[in-house]
Amino acid sequence: MAREEIGKSEAAPASSLETGYERLGFWARIADNDVTYSFLRSPLVMAAAGITVTFILAAVFAPLVAPFDPFDPTQISLWDGKLPPAWVQGSNPAYFLGTDDQGRDLFSTILYGGRISLLVGFAAVFLSMALGIGLGVAAGYLGGWFDAFVMRLADVQLTIPGILTAILINGIARSVLPIELRDELAIYVVILAIGFSDWPQFARVTRAAALVEAEKEYIQAARVIGLRPFIIIVRHILPNVLRPALVLATIGLALAIIAEATLSFLGQGVPPTTPSLGTLIRIGNDYLFSGLWWITLFPALALVTLVLAVNLLGDWLRDALNPKLR
Amino acid sequence: MFSFVVNRFVQSVLVMLTVGLIAFAMFRFVGDPINNLVGQDTTAEQRAELRESLGLNDPFYVQYARFAVNAAQGQFGQSYFHRRPVSELLVERLPATLELSLVAAVLALVLGVPAGVYTALHRRGVLSQIIMTASLFGVSIPTFLIGIILILIFGVMLQILPTFGRGEVIDLGWWTTGMATPSGLKSLILPALTLALFQLTLIMRLVRAEMLEVLRTDFVKFARARGLRTRSIHFVHALKNSLVPVITITGLQLGSLIAFAIITETVFQWPGMGLLFIQAVIEVDIPVMAAYLVVIGFVFVLINLIVDILYFVVDPRLRVDRGAAGGH
Repeated sequence: MAREEIGKSEAAPASSLETGYERLGFWARIADNDVTYSFLRSPLVMAAAGITVTFILAAVFAPLVAPFDPFDPTQISLWDGKLPPAWVQGSNPAYFLGTDDQGRDLFSTILYGGRISLLVGFAAVFLSMALGIGLGVAAGYLGGWFDAFVMRLADVQLTIPGILTAILINGIARSVLPIELRDELAIYVVILAIGFSDWPQFARVTRAAALVEAEKEYIQAARVIGLRPFIIIVRHILPNVLRPALVLATIGLALAIIAEATLSFLGQGVPPTTPSLGTLIRIGNDYLFSGLWWITLFPALALVTLVLAVNLLGDWLRDALNPKLR
Repeated sequence: MFSFVVNRFVQSVLVMLTVGLIAFAMFRFVGDPINNLVGQDTTAEQRAELRESLGLNDPFYVQYARFAVNAAQGQFGQSYFHRRPVSELLVERLPATLELSLVAAVLALVLGVPAGVYTALHRRGVLSQIIMTASLFGVSIPTFLIGIILILIFGVMLQILPTFGRGEVIDLGWWTTGMATPSGLKSLILPALTLALFQLTLIMRLVRAEMLEVLRTDFVKFARARGLRTRSIHFVHALKNSLVPVITITGLQLGSLIAFAIITETVFQWPGMGLLFIQAVIEVDIPVMAAYLVVIGFVFVLINLIVDILYFVVDPRLRVDRGAAGGH
């Protein structure tokens, strides 16, 4: 914002040279955008966006969409357990995708599970973004020992795959917590573990962008007029390094959802009482050999569809925001 | 060259010391080591005595130094859960994990490189499109799910392959191998495939991208102008030059294979280090967790070091840049 002010005061007489783009309204500017153009050109990307939005809406409005409430014990009956999907013999048509081992409607449970998967995914990405961008920008702008320390730390962590770091942080955090709080706090522990395991990517990208930005004249000008480093970082550098971080965040969301599912599958994630998609797959895995394929298959399909859609969006966003490829 | 190697070596040692510090902090501060060693009927005096004799009252850095020296000799103390020396457990489990990871790595290379070359040479081909779409699925399906799907198809529906354990294992004294018996080899197929699939897509995409890049360079155009056969241009000129980054990434990925082996081993109940580790996490068996961390850290650092040196050997341009200035 402040950058625009400086830009305006300097470039006021030159505004007639601009294409009139600045004068367009918000929506008009979006419609006229390169990114919007490439979005509207690709049916695959539009489908991916549609699927992602559907998943998010279904997650947010799960209590309204779902025919049953899987957390309400009065609606669950063990007698209805392990029922197959509606088109298979021996099913109960009330449960379209069948039921799990405890008699919970699978469709409703998937909706609520997607809610938890998405919640953990978004929260974890937000955490690693905040951490990575904060450290990256500060390291790039301040330089010196702080830069060296943060980047070495990122290097060390990058040599170890994120999922291993997440399992370790998660395991240690769980063992420190008292047993009665473990299930209750499990979801926050998972968010912290995944968030802390993915920050180096963001730190690297934003540091590189911050280094480039710090050399530019408007930053030198800001320094000359005596702004404090904190103000310069937050108001001038930060807005300009967000673009590469945004691409990473989309791919990071897919990775975080996979990480959550993996932790839950390993029995280290959210407990079976509030199942995520990964927990459901874990439950189903125990019944795979008894022929109850649907408990695993439907949550798995939901998970893969969601991750695939987010990955497609991430791929597209990376190409669309990369000026080299235009 | 020498100074480069020394520099890398010092860095590796520093990384190992950091990993060791984390492992030690875990070991020392998560739970009370004394409580985990003795029963409930041990008196306070006995505990204090044990604490003193184990050196738990020493300053932090003395304890850390002792831990580091012991770890360097492969001593990680007793497992709380198994009541056996951790080093023994690790040595027992190591062959299973290494066999699985190596077979997976070979599988990923043998299938991934040709697939990458093919999709790069026939960009618009139908088969290339199919392979590329399949690879996107490969990236989007979590490892554990690939395992479950394979179990469902080959174990439950077709019932032709075993889905858990290592099968019959031959004990060579210092090494146990499942690769010498039919049941051992059969048991290896599904876990190795599961572990390889993600790396396979990665290597394939990498080879494809590198090939496309190299095919655009001047020396390939020049080779075409000289009238060389297409086949020889593709495989002698292009492929050879696109393999340098592939070596690097594959080397680095070998480490992540071992990490992902945790998941694969859990799905297939494969008795390797990964399964040991995940059980340790569930049982809060801190010495095993700490030891696993140190061992894995060591493997990673070793691989990084070797890859760095290999890179230096494979790519002559690096040597010229770093050698005496004005050499060229």
